[in-house]
Amino acid sequence: MIGTARAILRKDLAIELRTKESVPAMTLFTVTVFVLFHFGLDRDSLDGELASGVLWVTLLLAAVIGVSRLFAVEREQGGIDGLLLAPVDRTALWVAKAAAMFLYLTALELVAVPAFGILLLGPDLLTALPVLIPILVAANVGLAAIGALVSALAAETRAHELIVPLLLLPLVVPLLIAAASATEPLLRADQSPADLGRWLGLLSLYDVVFVLIAVAVFDFLLDD
Amino acid sequence: MYSKGLKPLSIATVLLLAMALALVFFYAPNDADQGFIQKIFYVHVPLAIVALCGFVAGGVMAIKHLRSGDRSWDARSYVAIHMSIIFGTAVLITGAIWAKASWGHWWVWDEPVLVSFLVVFLLYCVYYPLRFSIEDPDRQARYSSVFAIAAGAFVPINFAAVRMAESFTHPRVLSQTGGSLPGDMRLTFLVCIAAVALLFVTLWKLELTAKNASMQLKRLRRRLEEAAA
Repeated sequence: MIGTARAILRKDLAIELRTKESVPAMTLFTVTVFVLFHFGLDRDSLDGELASGVLWVTLLLAAVIGVSRLFAVEREQGGIDGLLLAPVDRTALWVAKAAAMFLYLTALELVAVPAFGILLLGPDLLTALPVLIPILVAANVGLAAIGALVSALAAETRAHELIVPLLLLPLVVPLLIAAASATEPLLRADQSPADLGRWLGLLSLYDVVFVLIAVAVFDFLLDD
Repeated sequence: MYSKGLKPLSIATVLLLAMALALVFFYAPNDADQGFIQKIFYVHVPLAIVALCGFVAGGVMAIKHLRSGDRSWDARSYVAIHMSIIFGTAVLITGAIWAKASWGHWWVWDEPVLVSFLVVFLLYCVYYPLRFSIEDPDRQARYSSVFAIAAGAFVPINFAAVRMAESFTHPRVLSQTGGSLPGDMRLTFLVCIAAVALLFVTLWKLELTAKNASMQLKRLRRRLEEAAA
């Protein structure tokens, strides 16, 4: 199963590297949204709750783009039939898609977080970074797990572009709560983490639950 | 096949609802704090509890559907979620009325239960566009079930997360509305829960019967057309 997943992942990454569809779009989107927030809030620098809220909402909205493109090749070019005809475990497909999503999100954050630090953030980003990185990783795992599931759910519907954001955004509310609350003290003027264990705990709980659910139900999707 | 026992069930529902309303208006005392408006609590809270149980029950029926492959479980799950969304609309409306009366605002963000209910409600509203944008009936049933399971598991996580977020900024003790109800209020409340739960089951059965009948009608009509052609 791991081998199959790796093969599908390699195919997805090769396509992404050649077409450059998802990650550049997500990155461009986040930077544009930061600019929008600058004008919308009419602030030159943000800190505390506002900074962590803007950062996380922007990242989640960018994730919507990635999730809605996740099965795009399969859907538009009929690649899904090839995958389904191959005698492979459906779970491998989910693992590959979630791993691709995780890598896309990581690539996005490599640009988006420094860009946020330069464009909008008041306090120093480097001091926050050692604690911010585990939060980002934990959130990416959950987003990737739920994103791959939502993407597969929406892949066969007519109103696909409509279903993905409507479905994904309410589902990530707990993730947003935990991630934004964990990040908020790091971006305050004094930059000391507070209650980190509790929010990281909630994030990991979210990750575990949705990984388990996705593995349990994914077999029933894309199966004809 | 679903209509069995519908009539006695409806009669029991009407009786219990009437009794619940009588208890609410003539037996339970007015709240010392909030006065008459507090009585909306006897409608609002049972509706919320039943709607949430309905969502989770929809998830459990969806598990049964995926396990057995029997499409009738998908119909049950669909109707349970459908009813819960209708009850949920009533929960949000009664909640807003209560919030307006006791806090002066139509919506308050520091009421974790109400806020999490809104998130759950928004998520389940997507059930319809998802379900009805898939044409193939078999696939429709399967995808809807997957949604119902994932969303059913989401309900408790979401409640925990929102409660954590709120209790962090607003430490709350179990308020007047929770924990310790005086005896006559508690009795009224329990009867109200039972009545609303019974109402849910009756409506669920009724809707299933109606859906089933219209499906049978469609099938018969198709056969008639085939026979005529």
